[in-house]
Amino acid sequence: MGKKNKIYLLAYALIIFLVPAIWKNNYHLMVLNIAALNIVVVIGLNLLMGFAGQISLGHAAFFGLGAYLSAIFTATFGFPLWPTIILAMVITGMVAYAIGIPTLKLEGHYLVMATLGFNIIIYILMIQLDGVTGGPSGFPGIPRLQVGGFVFDSDRKIYYLLWTISVGTLLLSLNLIHSRVGRAMAALSHNEIAARCAGIDTENYKVKVFVISAVLASLAGSCYAHYITFISPGTFSFFYSIQVVTMVLIGGIGSLWGSVFGAILLTILPEILHAVKEYNVLIYGIILMVVLIFFPQGLFPVVAGIFRKRKDEARSGMELVPGKGP
Amino acid sequence: MTFGLQLFQFILSGLTTGSTYALIAIGFSLIHNATGIVNFAQGEFVMLGGMFMITFHSLLKLPMLPSFFLTVLSVAAIGLLLEFGPIRRAKSKEILILVMITIGASISIKGLSMILFGKNPMTLPPFSGETPLILFGAAIMPQSIWIFGITVSIVLALNYFLKKTTTGKAMRAVAASRRSAMLTGIPVDRMILLSFTFSGALGAVAGMIITPITTTSYDVGAILGLKGFSAAILGGYGSMPGAVIGGLLLGVFESLGAGLISSEYKDAVAFLILLTILFLKPSGIMGKGRLRRV
Repeated sequence: MGKKNKIYLLAYALIIFLVPAIWKNNYHLMVLNIAALNIVVVIGLNLLMGFAGQISLGHAAFFGLGAYLSAIFTATFGFPLWPTIILAMVITGMVAYAIGIPTLKLEGHYLVMATLGFNIIIYILMIQLDGVTGGPSGFPGIPRLQVGGFVFDSDRKIYYLLWTISVGTLLLSLNLIHSRVGRAMAALSHNEIAARCAGIDTENYKVKVFVISAVLASLAGSCYAHYITFISPGTFSFFYSIQVVTMVLIGGIGSLWGSVFGAILLTILPEILHAVKEYNVLIYGIILMVVLIFFPQGLFPVVAGIFRKRKDEARSGMELVPGKGP
Repeated sequence: MTFGLQLFQFILSGLTTGSTYALIAIGFSLIHNATGIVNFAQGEFVMLGGMFMITFHSLLKLPMLPSFFLTVLSVAAIGLLLEFGPIRRAKSKEILILVMITIGASISIKGLSMILFGKNPMTLPPFSGETPLILFGAAIMPQSIWIFGITVSIVLALNYFLKKTTTGKAMRAVAASRRSAMLTGIPVDRMILLSFTFSGALGAVAGMIITPITTTSYDVGAILGLKGFSAAILGGYGSMPGAVIGGLLLGVFESLGAGLISSEYKDAVAFLILLTILFLKPSGIMGKGRLRRV
């Protein structure tokens, strides 16, 4: 994945793991923990949007599937923690595969509609199957994350675990896009027909990327459930799906570092906007519009550009940025 | 009540809500045909329609008819401003970016409405009384008649406009091929502006006619937009007759789902049927398979 990325990743990990030493406020750490999980979802979604040229408006459902499957299997049936998280990822992956196979074969953005419909159906099921999910009042008493008897029972302790998962996801994804598969995906998002002519099995790749991104969302969802120990359907509505798509766009499509930036920024922004009370929705909407109108490549290149000379940027290319589809 | 009559009643009420979905779906199709984008602010136009009508009619005490037209004009103006401002000024003409801008617009409109109109649900009196009419043994509300009547007249008028007038033909030309339309001297930008304005007007009408039945509040836009979008997809995205058929069918599915299964599952049933149809016939009911040159 290139020497530059390795250095960036090392610096990034270092900063991340130094933060709790300086920052003592537990609430702020909690916000950062949520950001770590959002990063996992957003990176997965960006793989799909930036490298397979497809949009999903149902990632909240995969996130929720991970959370609820984890909660139900561990709290209700007493399954062991980590195997359950894996199991939830496998089930979510299979569901995504079942949705992806028929929709991704078609030209155009059928995945948008299918994932959107799926999101709404899952949301309604979460509310209605109250015998299993706890209904609208939610699912309490989910066991905490633990490794070999060590229970992660404070925001500070869990910070290290969640950010390890988050940085790990970034590392693996950076590796993925710089591999043969990644180059095939870049070709596919640039021009699907040309990619197909070059012998890339585009359908197969699209479905695979979709499944990977759903599985990542499921992982984040499971971690969320075991971290907060309480989940309710509201968290997994269609609006979360829009939020994560927004995070991808603000960070920049196809830029994984951008996704990290976008996820952190948009997790913190609503917390800051709490200060303006009822104006928060309006201001959030206006910020989103202004960024998209004036910085369609996302804010990350703008911010990164301040720290770097243009020439330098053009020569090295921080990462593989695919072109947009036709 | 016999089962057959019950079924008839469900279908009638389904057609009522379905008519508004059809109007919303036509709005989606107009903008899609002109620009290729999905306008997620369409649902907010519907919400604004209801809210403005309440403001003009119930608060400012203007008579029904002037309120109706003032509302149509106001929301049409908002549609126009959406195109003239954010969409036209956008640096990237990438479809995905434009679609997300409409989502941003939708969030902003919702946020502003929350401040202006408050968080409480509001309603309008029905256009002409609440005494139900009996049709073949099924009860039908006068408001439903209004909804059918207005929807049918709008669809007919729009059809006439698109098929017979020069401007309408120019709009269809832009939909068929933007580049060729530009080459023949059609002011494409103005046609796009017009499609947003029309969509605003259609949304306003949908919002006004449905509010007496369903009530409204600042946050109903998203779900109504979603329904209209689904209706458009169901009928075949971009097709006018498809939008009408898709809207009516979605309304009926929903109503049957609510009546025969459970009202809690009505949205789930509607979307499940939608997904099934998409898997079976991806281009929608009225959609044509497209050939593409490589």
